[in-house]
Amino acid sequence: MNNQESNTKPKERKRKEKPPVEESLLAMGHRACTGCGEALGAKLVMDVAGPKTYVATATGCLEVFSTPFPESAWRMPWIHSLFENSAAVAAGIEAGLIAQGRDKDVNVIAQGGDGGTADIGIGCLSGMLERGHNVLYVCYDNEAYMNTGVQRSGLTPFDARTTTSPYGKKSWGNKTEKKNLPGIVAAHNIPYVATASVGYPFDLQRKVKKALSIKGPKFIQIHVPCPLGWVYPAHLTVEIAKLAILTGLIPIYEMEYGELTRSRKIGKNRKPVEEYLKLQGRFKHLFSGKPEAEEELEKIRQIAEKNIKKFGLA
Amino acid sequence: MAKPVGIYVKPGSSKENKTGSWRTERPIFKHDTCTDCRICVMVCPDGAVFGSNYIYDPDYDYCKGCGICAQECPVDDIEMVPEVR
Repeated sequence: MNNQESNTKPKERKRKEKPPVEESLLAMGHRACTGCGEALGAKLVMDVAGPKTYVATATGCLEVFSTPFPESAWRMPWIHSLFENSAAVAAGIEAGLIAQGRDKDVNVIAQGGDGGTADIGIGCLSGMLERGHNVLYVCYDNEAYMNTGVQRSGLTPFDARTTTSPYGKKSWGNKTEKKNLPGIVAAHNIPYVATASVGYPFDLQRKVKKALSIKGPKFIQIHVPCPLGWVYPAHLTVEIAKLAILTGLIPIYEMEYGELTRSRKIGKNRKPVEEYLKLQGRFKHLFSGKPEAEEELEKIRQIAEKNIKKFGLA
Repeated sequence: MAKPVGIYVKPGSSKENKTGSWRTERPIFKHDTCTDCRICVMVCPDGAVFGSNYIYDPDYDYCKGCGICAQECPVDDIEMVPEVR
């Protein structure tokens, strides 16, 4: 923006008037925690998908907070499956719509959390991808089983403290690295795989729009911060999501038929990993000042370095 | 004929539950420096910010007071004040 432009009052600038804000397709009044990243992610996805969408949701936070009996926050056909089979249920919905000849101009979305996708539901997800159903699978990755009280999952990052990977004398938190779920999915050779983040909502919505325009199985993994499980003040949700990307710990990219086609470059905006870790209570033990803590931090820096190299983020 | 299985509820009926009572801090939209960018609308986890043409306000019946809008507003036009009832 040049100086002249910033001096004029914004209200005097001539611009095309936008239509008034419409109500979201994930209705207000759901019981998500204050500052919930998953609610934000689901809202952004549904607003792009539109009302002509069939949604199957796995058990998890998303299902619990959006549908407390006798209410539902979804303003579209929605079904709760079991923990492991939201992909299979969505595949069935798609097959049913084709059999009835009602598959024109409708979307079918299956969704689940990181546990329901990467650990429990990976079998059904793999089956759905293999059979080539025209379904978009959305994984909301909050990096642990938040609904049952923060147990570690396959997507919990290295050294994060959860109730089943606590910090103690002989432990620095979660021992394993984050599972490369988009890589596993892309290995099925499906038309579109993407990772996104609520830190970049416009990018997220563009990816959902693109995915829905493609015929065949699609997969999007959305990184959604959780104030309760990650232990940070609620107003930082979007800030933390952005920092995860700018530090290189969460790469966001797109893959088509198993090939990397596009990634979000960090370049000069790259931040040290400490900026991201320091804000969260689950990494607090890494800043105790002990010499071992410095070693653990170095390992996390290596993970960021590896991601930047692998996905060409620099 | 097969009986229907499961439970049916009306779509969007969660609006009966007014989550505004959860709030400990209240966002005040000042309407001074607003640039109509709609980032506040985009980042609200509850979809509770409404309005048009430089005038945006949260729906206080549902706003949970998380403060993401105030944190993300690029021109600092939103202020969080303690909720007083």
